Amino acid sequence: MVKYRVEVGPEAYLPPSAACAGVVLPDPGQALIAGEVVHEDVGMEEAARRFLSAKIPTIFPGPLVLWNWNEKSVKKATAIKAMYDELKAHNPEALLIPMPDYRPKYPKINPEVEINPNHPNLTIWHNKIDVCMFVGVHCHQANLSLKIIRGGTNCYTIAMCAQAGHEDAMLTFRDATPDKIWMLVEAIKDVKKTL
Amino acid sequence: MDKIKINDEFFDIMPPEYQELVEEATYGKEDRGWKDVGVAKELIEEHSLCAGCPESIAFRYVLACLPNPQDTVMVGSTGCTSLVFPHVAIHNIHSLFGNQNAVASGLKRTLALRFPDKVKDVVVLAGDGATVDIGLDMTLQSWFRQEKFTTICFDNELYANTGGQESGLMQKGFVGKMAPAGKKFDKVPLPEIARDSGCHYVAMMTVSKPNRVEKAIRNAILVAREIGPTYIQLYTPCILEIGKQMMEGLQEMRDSEGPGKRFEFKEYISDEAKVFLDEVDAERKAKKKALRAARA
Repeated sequence: MVKYRVEVGPEAYLPPSAACAGVVLPDPGQALIAGEVVHEDVGMEEAARRFLSAKIPTIFPGPLVLWNWNEKSVKKATAIKAMYDELKAHNPEALLIPMPDYRPKYPKINPEVEINPNHPNLTIWHNKIDVCMFVGVHCHQANLSLKIIRGGTNCYTIAMCAQAGHEDAMLTFRDATPDKIWMLVEAIKDVKKTL
Repeated sequence: MDKIKINDEFFDIMPPEYQELVEEATYGKEDRGWKDVGVAKELIEEHSLCAGCPESIAFRYVLACLPNPQDTVMVGSTGCTSLVFPHVAIHNIHSLFGNQNAVASGLKRTLALRFPDKVKDVVVLAGDGATVDIGLDMTLQSWFRQEKFTTICFDNELYANTGGQESGLMQKGFVGKMAPAGKKFDKVPLPEIARDSGCHYVAMMTVSKPNRVEKAIRNAILVAREIGPTYIQLYTPCILEIGKQMMEGLQEMRDSEGPGKRFEFKEYISDEAKVFLDEVDAERKAKKKALRAARA
């Protein structure tokens, strides 16, 4: 059987979940690229390269980091904003679009202002986003959105997950702490120097 | 009370309705009430109910009168209210039809274990079908067990959302669009059943008098928090199913609440709850007096 690879779509209207296709989550200290386990540092460098070579790199912060609900969320917000500033300095087209909650807000949602996890493809299409990162999105909604994006768009997805990672993203980190987000900021700075 | 905050880094990118919600909603305001509707940022951004629906104003009153909205979880059930819950800025759970009081029981107990130092209110909001017919077992069992949460029933006297079938709270003799033979037995006396089943505060009314609704909601939630189960039954007529125009909902409620009418105001308070509510009232008056003195 050919090994399933989690790659840029559009794949199909209803793509299989990567877990059902045999992709397993990384262990601590590891990341996944296209469903393959790699060392986390390799993942950092790849994420930085993808972001820096994108036409419209975008960060989608979810409720867990948008709202000031504990000390960790505040620290993560600072790190994410620093990452966005790095990307924006490199590419003025970079975007930071929030995912404030998961309610089906029809028909008033504005894809330029927010992303609805139930229809993430609208925001991706409308803003022509080619590389995006989910951070602070609850697992069940991230899984749903990542699959929809893989199914219907040609956007490269990165997940900075605070739990065990998202096999449905093309690149996933796990155990995201403020320090780990800062590591990615540093990786972006390092890769920038080589360009 | 700490108000909900957006992380500073992201405030400017949040959609305006969230910014307004944080800055202008009445979270954390001690004396919040129905008078904030239309002035402060409301907790229902917009609703998907019919124009002129009395349930929509009842829902606004309920949300405006919650004493602790940031730490309140509402449990809803299938029906017109479940169409509104996605637009409500309060934690909520949509349960299976009729299961709402069972879900709320587990939730209330879990919140008490998980947040022992915080006040967490649980409020069930369901229609008459969910409360009295399909979910009657769950409703009654939660009262027998003395679960500490409030049950609010939006009583429109039939299954409005599915086209007008007969419900236990339908009035005797009423002919619904899908109940052509007419109701053969009396409206179930749920307020009395609630009182006899152990509810410490019970009220039945229409929503034509917002001050009264506000007082009942606050009393019910405070008593549920400290003593035991409480129940409120609000008449929210379905104008479509009873053949009224959209501007006739208020009059319909007024016509149904006079002496001897189906929704004549009723209130039952247990002795324990009476003592508690008197204390709360005295405390509130003392606070007001102190405030007035400080201003003068």
